Amino acid sequence: MFFSDRATQVWHLLLDSFWPLLKAGIVFTIPLTLITFILGLILGFFTAIARLSKFKALAAIARFYVWIFRGTPLLVQLFILYYGLPSIGILLNPFLAAVIGFSLNVGAYASEIIRAAIQSIDRGQWEAAYAIGMTKRQAMWRIIMPQAVRVAIPPLGNSFIALVKDTSLAATITVGDLFRKAQEIAAERYEPFWLYIEAAFIYLIFCSVLNVMQAQMEKRVDRHVAK
Amino acid sequence: MIAIHDLHKAFKGHEVLKGIDLTVKKGETVVIIGPSGSGKTTFLRCINLLEFPDSGSIQIGDRALTFQPGIRHRSKEVTAFRQRTGMVFQGYNLFPHRTALENVMEGQIVVLKRPKEEAREIAMDLLRKVGLEAHADKYPHQLSGGQEQRVGIARAMAMNPDVILFDEPTSALDPELVGEVLKVMKDLANEGMTMIVVTHEMRFAREVADRVIFMDDGRIVEQGTPEDIFDCAQNQRTRQFLRRLTEA
Ligand SMILES: Nc1ncnc2c1ncn2[C@@H]1O[C@H](COP(=O)(O)OP(=O)(O)OP(=O)(O)O)[C@@H](O)[C@H]1O
Ligand SMILES: [Mg+2]
Repeated sequence: MFFSDRATQVWHLLLDSFWPLLKAGIVFTIPLTLITFILGLILGFFTAIARLSKFKALAAIARFYVWIFRGTPLLVQLFILYYGLPSIGILLNPFLAAVIGFSLNVGAYASEIIRAAIQSIDRGQWEAAYAIGMTKRQAMWRIIMPQAVRVAIPPLGNSFIALVKDTSLAATITVGDLFRKAQEIAAERYEPFWLYIEAAFIYLIFCSVLNVMQAQMEKRVDRHVAK
Repeated sequence: MIAIHDLHKAFKGHEVLKGIDLTVKKGETVVIIGPSGSGKTTFLRCINLLEFPDSGSIQIGDRALTFQPGIRHRSKEVTAFRQRTGMVFQGYNLFPHRTALENVMEGQIVVLKRPKEEAREIAMDLLRKVGLEAHADKYPHQLSGGQEQRVGIARAMAMNPDVILFDEPTSALDPELVGEVLKVMKDLANEGMTMIVVTHEMRFAREVADRVIFMDDGRIVEQGTPEDIFDCAQNQRTRQFLRRLTEA
């Protein structure tokens, strides 16, 4: 019967490609996500501090950076890094170009989240810290930052999940990630529909796992936030 | 001990303190009263430099600072000065991510660089003193307002300040919780702590204050013993203020 033959064929296709896709996800998508998120967080952190600094030049540089990376498409940023830079003599391998592009992008968004979190902390907390003789730096690191981090975790969690999906753009600069692999197999087997469905399914698994982790983390840190 | 001379402060051209002179002796408890907007909070905040006075001078113990428009003191001087003054806030401002005990330890460790164990012992003693020994490991949100404010007082005391400034410490509290905080403050005063207290608790002022100061429109209008002020105020505005207060 045609239908059951076709069903079996699709089933085998999905089974055959599942491991290659998952492997590409584990070898490229996940490391790319983790590395760029950590780098982006560090960058975002210092950018946020710079933007709140009383040194005008530092704040201006930070603002300029955020402006550029939030105001231009990620895809265009990646193309400039990978296809554009070689013309001025800078050759990056695809993975490195992706790491740089995504980190800079995450950094710009994370800095806004962290800045907003710092500014959301009640002024009375600064004043209480100053009143016991703390310096600005001590107040920032001991009193404000620990509270700001708790405020920032939910939106940063959302950025992280968005990043998992955004890494699929790396396929366009030839990184062999999950999506790239799906494209390759789809071309080989003339089965784009099922391959892309399967790729979507694997992304869905990744994101669902992260959702659960995020919810647990939020529950853990939610307890002592200033009300 | 504390000598404040000709203190001026304006916000965007609006003059809030119009030349305040005040000396406070060691161990004295001074209560400041006055209508809303008269500059009481601003005055306290100037004393521990949460606001910078435009001009005048403040001396606390052996540290003296003179203020002039446009001249900023080095942050080292500022923090050293602030360490000498404790502040108890109307809204408590406890650190929500720290337990009661840690709130009292924080400044000792970070600012005074006391060893952790010593800081813990001192903090525990202070919590005992304010009657919160049993609540040492609770977080601020697990405490009542009265308990939070008592932690706030212990936190200020932990720094061994020369003076503690109280800005309406009981006005955010439910009436039934006011007494426990005033009791702690009274004990402190009896032990010889130097205190400047902005409050509308007239019974406290009568019983505890060595001196009552009436502020109005950025100036000290009248001062004297509680009896002087409450029973035979000389100034018309003082009398008016007190009459309205007792009517309310
Ligand atoms: N940061 C500020 N910026 C601008 N104006 C301010 C600021 N702080 C206080 N003021 C103004 O200064 C005046 C005195 O305020 P302050 O808080 O010192 O009064 P107060 O005597 O403590 O009043 P209350 O009894 O209501 O607490 C008010 O008119 C207030 O609006
Ligand atoms: Mg006030």
